[in-house]
Amino acid sequence: MRILHSALKMGYHLFRILLPLLVDLGHWLLKIGQGSVLQSSTGIGSSVSSAPSSAWRQRVQIHKALRRVLLPATAILIVLILWQIMYSRPGANLPTPLQVWQDTWDPLIKDPFFDYGGNAKGLFWQIWASLRRVFIGFALAGLVGVMGGMIIGVNRWLYEALDPIFQVLRTVPPLAWLPISLAAFRDANPSAIFVIFITALWPILINTVAGVQRIPQDYRNVARIVRMSGWKYFFKIVFPATVPYIFTGLRIGVGLSWLAIVAAEMLIGGVGIGFFIWDAWNSSRISEIILALIYVGMVGLLLDRITAWIGSLVVAEDH
Amino acid sequence: MMTSPRLSSSPLSSASPVAGLPLLCLQNVGKTYFTSAGSFVALENVNLEVAAGEFVCIIGHSGCGKSTLINMVAGFSTPTSGSITLKGQPITSPGPDRMMVFQHYSLLPWLTAFENVYLVVDQVYPNKSRREKREIVQEHLELVGLAEAAHKRPKQLSGGMKQRVAIARALAIRPEVLLLDEPFGALDAITKEELQDELLAIWRDHRCTVLMITHDIDEALYLSDRVVMMTNGPAAHIGEILTIPFERPRIRSRIMEMPEFYELRNRALDFLYRRFAHRED
Ligand SMILES: Nc1ncnc2c1ncn2[C@@H]1O[C@H](COP(=O)(O)OP(=O)(O)O)[C@@H](O)[C@H]1O
Ligand SMILES: [Mg+2]
Repeated sequence: MRILHSALKMGYHLFRILLPLLVDLGHWLLKIGQGSVLQSSTGIGSSVSSAPSSAWRQRVQIHKALRRVLLPATAILIVLILWQIMYSRPGANLPTPLQVWQDTWDPLIKDPFFDYGGNAKGLFWQIWASLRRVFIGFALAGLVGVMGGMIIGVNRWLYEALDPIFQVLRTVPPLAWLPISLAAFRDANPSAIFVIFITALWPILINTVAGVQRIPQDYRNVARIVRMSGWKYFFKIVFPATVPYIFTGLRIGVGLSWLAIVAAEMLIGGVGIGFFIWDAWNSSRISEIILALIYVGMVGLLLDRITAWIGSLVVAEDH
Repeated sequence: MMTSPRLSSSPLSSASPVAGLPLLCLQNVGKTYFTSAGSFVALENVNLEVAAGEFVCIIGHSGCGKSTLINMVAGFSTPTSGSITLKGQPITSPGPDRMMVFQHYSLLPWLTAFENVYLVVDQVYPNKSRREKREIVQEHLELVGLAEAAHKRPKQLSGGMKQRVAIARALAIRPEVLLLDEPFGALDAITKEELQDELLAIWRDHRCTVLMITHDIDEALYLSDRVVMMTNGPAAHIGEILTIPFERPRIRSRIMEMPEFYELRNRALDFLYRRFAHRED
């Protein structure tokens, strides 16, 4: 308990000391960047600027941005320190962070691209193999989900017939699909891809349907007045109005796909980050598991952010 | 207590609606909604004739069936009894001859102001060249004073500007009847007056026929040739029609000074808040 307390306190003080310094540094860099005259190098709070309000706003922004970086960084630091302290005693069943670093630096961290044949590949190739499966499965799910969702969304009867089935199927855990897809495909790789497909399909499909059904009555009325129908109505109104919902579905889908692929690969073997983790466990290389988990998390976050970013480009900001 | 609309035109006025065949004719129109909770008679025996070029406002308490009525004129729904005809032809479906301005603007958020207007112009005039269509759009955006904001999306526009775009979009396809369902209901008082004046100016230049729903008595009196006052639902109908005698062009400050304005206003207030006071009011 005392250790925890002192570590927290240390982190807090570190943060308190670093923050103003970094704010000042950021402010100073920004000024140089803008090529303006340096007049605020005398210290915190003593800057005399010709445009005090904008300078102040800049300061506040830098402050905010730094906080967003520094707070999580401090938290991570504290966790690492605690972890290091708690598992330093001999006979601990997990390695310490420093131990993880030592165990995995060569070759895993240093060279993500090595390839010794078979499953002995660098982490880049492992993740790449997983990403490829996710990409294929997810792309298929996107295609089927969006097209199917559009058709079901505009067709009341079809919706009422199929919706209960979707509601049941979407609750089936991804891995439960694996045996049946192995039975159907008799091959590991297509089965893993199918699991991704079926995992990502439901959120995409269900969100697309919801989007189509929630097109405001006013939009439909405008289309009816000018007698816009058929494909034109679909492409000019239905599809653009549904795009925000589609991206919500895609974003959920990509997250679930990444969750599912790691689990599926553990079972199917071969190259891929999931089996890499399983293999490491079987040979008791705990440090490698920990490193792989960090990578999996970062890739998952990246996938989510990329999907959100593409969404923000496609979706007019005013939806 | 219930006077027939025909007999109830204001004694202040000797002017009758523009002579000639009515453009829009509602005869014994009734609307019953059938819901799971049973049937609900929203409107019953609504009779109204609107002449070409007339500006008619419909007022009534919320929930009395004003939108139901204008939606039937637009063709979004059909009367369960009676008939609605435009130039003698029964209205069976929506069409560009009856363009509507909705309370909530109904602009497509992913299109700019220009593209919103262009979408309907393109649809209604398939035979016009691209340049002609662009000119029509530009002209109507200028009409509502929004030429500068043409490239902006609805989110970047204020409520008043959005409604201007909606009006431009409606006028760009040259409807026989312009339908407005509480178009200024969501706007602040100043913006509202601005838009009322603009609408009047446009109506004067275009000579279109306007059927507008509002719950603002002053707005109705200032804008229209006749104010149609509806009784409360269920089974709402037209309780009284006021003919507004003020000559045009109307100047707000001058009209507000006229004793007739207050006489009409009192009559409308009396109708709405005494004779047909809303139960929830
Ligand atoms: N689609 C519908 N189904 C059932 N009842 C409806 C429907 N639309 C409107 N109503 C009912 O009809 C009445 C009139 O509604 P509406 O025309 O929207 O009133 P207003 O526009 O005057 O406020 C209300 O009591 C409303 O609940
Ligand atoms: Mg209404």
